[in-house]
Amino acid sequence: MEGLTLSEAEQRYYCDLFSYCDTESTKKVASNGRVLELFRAAQLPNDVVMQIMELCGATRLGYFGRSQFYIALKLVAVAQSGLPLRVESLNTVKDLPLPRFVVSKNEQESRHTALYSSDADNPASYSGVIPPPPGRIQVKKGSVSHDAVQQRTSTDQQESTSPVVSPQQSPPTSPHTWRKHSRHPSGGNNERPLAGPGPFWAPFSEAQPGSSTSSDPIWSGHSPPPHQENWVSFADTPPTSALLAMHPASVQDQTTVRTVASATTTNEIRRQSSSYDDPWKITDEQRQYYVNQFKTIQPDLNGFIPGSAAKEFFTKSKLPILELSHIWELSDFDKDGALTLDEFCAAFHLVVARKNGYDLPEKLPESLMPKLIDLEDSTVIPVISEVGEQTGEVGYSSSPAEAPPSKSPSMPSLNQTWPELNQSSEWETFSERSSSSQTLTQFDSNIAPADPDTAIVHPVPIRMTPSKIHMQEMELKRTGSDHANPTSPLLVKPPDLPEENKMSSSVKFTAGNTVTDGYSSSDSYASDPEQIGSTVTRQRSHSGTSPDNTAPPPPPPRPHPSHSRSSSLDMNRSFSVTPGQQQAGVVAYPPAVPPRPQPSQGAGPHVHRPVDAEGLIAHTSTSPQQIPEQPNFADFSQFEAFAVSGVNKEEEDEIETHSEVLQVEKPSDSASSLRVAKADGRVEDKAPANVPTSAGKGTTPLAPPPKPIRRRLKSEDELRPEAEEHTQKTGVIAAVLASQPSIPRSVGKDKKAIQASIRRNKETNTVLARLNSELQQQLKDVLEERISLEVQLEQLRPFSHL
Amino acid sequence: VLVSIISSPPQNYPLYIRSVPTENELKFHYTVHTSLDVVDEKISAMGKALVDQRELYLGLLYPTEDYKVYGYVTNSKVKFVMVVDSSNTALRDNEIRSMFRKLHNSYTDIMCNPFYNPGDRIHSRAFDNMVNSMMMQVC
Repeated sequence: MEGLTLSEAEQRYYCDLFSYCDTESTKKVASNGRVLELFRAAQLPNDVVMQIMELCGATRLGYFGRSQFYIALKLVAVAQSGLPLRVESLNTVKDLPLPRFVVSKNEQESRHTALYSSDADNPASYSGVIPPPPGRIQVKKGSVSHDAVQQRTSTDQQESTSPVVSPQQSPPTSPHTWRKHSRHPSGGNNERPLAGPGPFWAPFSEAQPGSSTSSDPIWSGHSPPPHQENWVSFADTPPTSALLAMHPASVQDQTTVRTVASATTTNEIRRQSSSYDDPWKITDEQRQYYVNQFKTIQPDLNGFIPGSAAKEFFTKSKLPILELSHIWELSDFDKDGALTLDEFCAAFHLVVARKNGYDLPEKLPESLMPKLIDLEDSTVIPVISEVGEQTGEVGYSSSPAEAPPSKSPSMPSLNQTWPELNQSSEWETFSERSSSSQTLTQFDSNIAPADPDTAIVHPVPIRMTPSKIHMQEMELKRTGSDHANPTSPLLVKPPDLPEENKMSSSVKFTAGNTVTDGYSSSDSYASDPEQIGSTVTRQRSHSGTSPDNTAPPPPPPRPHPSHSRSSSLDMNRSFSVTPGQQQAGVVAYPPAVPPRPQPSQGAGPHVHRPVDAEGLIAHTSTSPQQIPEQPNFADFSQFEAFAVSGVNKEEEDEIETHSEVLQVEKPSDSASSLRVAKADGRVEDKAPANVPTSAGKGTTPLAPPPKPIRRRLKSEDELRPEAEEHTQKTGVIAAVLASQPSIPRSVGKDKKAIQASIRRNKETNTVLARLNSELQQQLKDVLEERISLEVQLEQLRPFSHL
Repeated sequence: VLVSIISSPPQNYPLYIRSVPTENELKFHYTVHTSLDVVDEKISAMGKALVDQRELYLGLLYPTEDYKVYGYVTNSKVKFVMVVDSSNTALRDNEIRSMFRKLHNSYTDIMCNPFYNPGDRIHSRAFDNMVNSMMMQVC
């Protein structure tokens, strides 16, 4: 084939054409499809076309290589200019106009000529739809015309900066575009670049409504989303009427104008979409327009557009409801029935696309994702957190960054494009904004919400041993103080507490433990229920009342430590049972056991009379009354007969204060035992102090928790200051008691000590036995409850016999 | 496997029916229709029971020789019915529950769409996709 010399313009033109026809980028064009259409568009007789093909050698080769293609084009030009087809005419004919192809080529050619010749007398008119060029990467190789166009486009663009929305013109435009796009393959061209359609687009876009449809198939390959020229026209956008004006003009404009305009737009498009990958990107003008529209509905850019308003708005686009529904599904990213700015822009963009004939994607394109509207960022970042950082380099407004944080956690798992965004963990945190159905499932796991408030609730009063009650009281105090602190360990415990209370295990002092911790400082009793024994042991050792002061036998787990006032009675009872110092020691521990009141006092003196322990023991078993009575005590205070009596009084006081609630079965005994116990060891010193304090305790209406008394009994150190405290608290009685002389007690210490310890143990035994029985009872109750619940469940269960 | 959503009473017409083996679909339609009685029966049985998620799931409505029917009702008395092959023994109750939960989620998403009028048949593509994928999992 002879060499072919092409002018620069021809070169470019042919190159573009070749690229267009070279759909498979194989550098050779099969003699079918676009090439044929192209030749057909040249409006040459078929035989001429055949001749051309022969001449260029395509028939020999079976395909159009680049050179063949160029030759063919040149021959077309030759033929179109009426010259005979001669091989030699390829190079001989000078000034041959570029081959003209009907419709597209024609206008393209005319555009070229227009560019060269006419000045841009073009109003900034956007053409109608300008379909993107067929996957053309070499668009940039556009001819000089592009450059020239660009100069004009800049000016043009200034005139037509905002996206053209031509509501009024939509009807004419839509069918126009529709026709063009009807043949376009759907969907699959998303990857086609928006940019650089080049001149070829212009002609296509200009395809007059009545133009031959042949052009359509040629460009059928393109169906990327519309450019900014394709503005959805909503019937009620008067502000855009100015833009609309352009629309009708563009529709009816002559090719020159349109070509320029289209070139303008194409250049614009090309410029704006830097990457060819994402046809769904929103350009600046588009985005600005969307934002403006958003503002008309919702002035706050960070706010939402409710569903109804959005429905109204988008219904104006006259798209079928089904499609609008689908668009909504795509764009409402967090499925909350409202549109944020990003979502709104995405929806608007989709509507625009649809109006221009592009099929809706099945999934939301990445570029339309609410937080990724960023031209430069073509990769989706599956970050559901606040999107603030996604500011488009194109200078988007800050609205894209808005990405409602509260909505983000609710990214619906239904969005298949974001499988990894299934933030179940994030969503667990309640998002107050999102009403997505995610919440529906989440509630499953919250069927029994651990409501700390309920947990903090006052522990269920259980008929408990004194210790338990005391524990509860202590816990109450603790919860009260810790209520504000959600992380308080107590709050963690409380959920257990009601159940535990229900379980009514007085031994379950788990909650109580935390409570008692508060008291642990003063109380040696700060142990787990399981450690009650050890506590008791501690206490016993602390009490030091036992004369031997050897490690006292580890007392059985004792509820004593948690004696409340109510428990005092029990303690009293227990004390009364175990006479002597044992009781004294025991009584010392039970916090709530106030010294045995008058009955004990009444018996006390009798008991005390016999100084020896046996007498005490005997009396402890006999004294029945429990309620401490101040007057009795006061009577006792008069009792100075025995040194022991003083001790007894002391013990009584303590017993009273400790075990007010306790049955006063063994008041005097306990008192005596207390006294005896006190007689041993350090109690002596404390006696006077203890006496007044205990007396004071007895007199006080049980208000001071038994604890102080108990503490007093615990250890010398503890007791002493406590006694002093109690002393301070006591009033008149203290004075009364003070009258009592200090009582020397050193009679039969050893024997008494032993007996006291025996009594203590016995008392503890009885207390524990009682506790056990109570627990058993509670267990029975709970079992009964359970049975009843099960019955109810059976009744309520739907028929599942199948 | 067939999934169907039946609107709230009194209309009780199907808002959505989709089955995977598309043959014999009519038989499934009939099955769903008859299962409505059982659903109503169960609903009325637990009249005063607290309505929480567990209650929404009705469980196995009734088995036949070929298939099992499961039911689920929402708070607005929209019923979901699922028919699965009896041969599909691998399906555990929990899986059925989760399927219903997904259905419910998708259904509420559809409800959020302002373009959807409650009572219309459901044409949502996303919903179809979800249902199809779910049914594929089962089969």
